[in-house]
Amino acid sequence: MSEQGKPVTGGGTSTPERPAASSAAVPAIELTNATKRFRTPSGALHTAVRDLDLTVAQGEFVAVVGPTGCGKSTTLTLVSGLEEPTEGEVRVQGRPVAGISDQVGFVFQQDAVFPWRTVLSNVMAGPRFRGVPVAEARERARDWLARVGLAAFEDRYPHQLSGGMRKRVALAQTFVNDPKILLMDEPFSALDVQTRALMSDQLLDLWAGTGSSVVFVTHDLDEAIALADRVVVMTAGPATVKEVFTVDLPRPRTVEAVRLEPRFIEIYREIWASLGEEVRITRERGAGNAA
Amino acid sequence: MPLDSTLDTAAPAAPAPAPPATRTEARERAARHRRFTVLGARVLVLALFLGLWEVCARTEVVDPFNFSQPSRIWSQIWQWITHGTAQGSLGEQIAYTLYEALTGWVIGVVGGVLLGIALGRIRFLADVLGPYIKVLNAIPRIVLAPIFLIWFGLGPASKVASAVVLVFFPVFFNAFQGAREVDRNLVANARILGADNRRVTLQVVIPAATTWIFTSLHVSFGFALIGAIVGEYIGATKGLGLLVAAAQGTFNAAGVYAAMTILAVVALLTEGVLTFAEKRLFRWKPADAGDGR
Ligand SMILES: Nc1ncnc2c1ncn2[C@@H]1O[C@H](COP(=O)(O)OP(=O)(O)OP(=O)(O)O)[C@@H](O)[C@H]1O
Ligand SMILES: [Mg+2]
Repeated sequence: MSEQGKPVTGGGTSTPERPAASSAAVPAIELTNATKRFRTPSGALHTAVRDLDLTVAQGEFVAVVGPTGCGKSTTLTLVSGLEEPTEGEVRVQGRPVAGISDQVGFVFQQDAVFPWRTVLSNVMAGPRFRGVPVAEARERARDWLARVGLAAFEDRYPHQLSGGMRKRVALAQTFVNDPKILLMDEPFSALDVQTRALMSDQLLDLWAGTGSSVVFVTHDLDEAIALADRVVVMTAGPATVKEVFTVDLPRPRTVEAVRLEPRFIEIYREIWASLGEEVRITRERGAGNAA
Repeated sequence: MPLDSTLDTAAPAAPAPAPPATRTEARERAARHRRFTVLGARVLVLALFLGLWEVCARTEVVDPFNFSQPSRIWSQIWQWITHGTAQGSLGEQIAYTLYEALTGWVIGVVGGVLLGIALGRIRFLADVLGPYIKVLNAIPRIVLAPIFLIWFGLGPASKVASAVVLVFFPVFFNAFQGAREVDRNLVANARILGADNRRVTLQVVIPAATTWIFTSLHVSFGFALIGAIVGEYIGATKGLGLLVAAAQGTFNAAGVYAAMTILAVVALLTEGVLTFAEKRLFRWKPADAGDGR
């Protein structure tokens, strides 16, 4: 399952620049010199992302880590087409992003299931929005609900579910659309550690069948290494790519088993050395601003 | 008070051959008991108030001519029920007022919701029309009632118009706010899932704004009644407001109070219907703490 076109260079080599898509296929996602500025309420410009270069190959699983507030979520909104870059270019499947593409799925950092719809109706929403007939949409939704283990809960409303179940509804809601590009913004951060491990395994299972390219933002380095083919470390805001690490652990993986491997710990140390510095910078900055 | 015994003591006071009362049962019994106590106290307060009023009026502590008295008000209501009013049967008056209030309410609500959502969704419209709506809202709208009487005559149209202007603004502002405050994540999620603008409005913004809109519906039905009554009071051929005006014209204080009482009952009943509809519509919301379980 690990043959998905990615050049496995020397284990854990830190490659400050992207390991260019050597295969002939166009990269799934390509950000070149992407910059995003926001106008703050006071009228000043705030740069959230600066000169960001990032390439994600077809079928590749990329995890993005970086200090809080550095611009990870913003980067995902650029790829999704929800926001436009102020400068630079974002390409998805070789075409510049203009508006929201129907190939993209996005699991948001915050809860974003529709509270007034039942679980089933929530999962049906995507296909229905895209014009799939009710019967077929229901069938596909039921299929995905079964896969995330929520078949028995299709009549419930989101407020009647636990946090972990709601997240699984969000996963089903996204996967039912068969996205070629999957953007996930700290999807499991609100969950307890055990549930998180389970969900990570489940995600790997779900992903394995789809061959989609994933960008997975997280603060949990364990999670990042366990899941990804490559881990991208971002600088303190404004975000740019600091370093990219290739995770050469064999697939299929299970989160609990893989984190006990010596190689895992080695990679963890390397990445943490790089990430820790940025986290410290962010913290010092925060302290400086507060003072 | 017997209430105390059921509150804390685990051992049930009831010597009945009931099965050993669990704590849940005891608690349930206490809750039921409490409900009855509250209800009883409520009735007691009303009885005390009416009794005191009656006694004060009979002993001329308060002037029964101006302040009337419960027995007279009741006989007035009874007379209206059995013999009808000067304008026709009592039912007809109620139906008339309700018809005006409801029509005005529906028009005001539909207009308020549509415009509120439109302005909440379309920034350009909000920027252009915003100041005008603020100015209109600043006018004390009840003074428009006489103007409507001149424009639309003594018939129901003038009352409907007063009700509409009273209902429109609170509903509009709530719908506007509701459309503005829709969780941006929900909108983003819908768009990613493939919803176009129309679908976002219909399937995300409107459901999300219904909570806001419904809070305004309760208040605004009261406003619709006020609009209709004031309109009738100023000039009409039928309706509860006219009943008040007529009673006042003949210095019949009991008549004024009787009409007010009928109005209050009508308002409470419609409020009950609204609450029922709301419960059905908001099944997706977590039940509030009072719902038990
Ligand atoms: N709509 C916006 N308007 C103004 N500033 C914004 C906006 N969205 C994000 N920002 C700013 O951009 C920066 C990056 O935000 P972003 O949400 O991308 O961070 P993040 O890396 O996802 O953080 P976290 O890990 O805490 O989720 C922050 O400083 C934030 O204040
Ligand atoms: Mg974020």
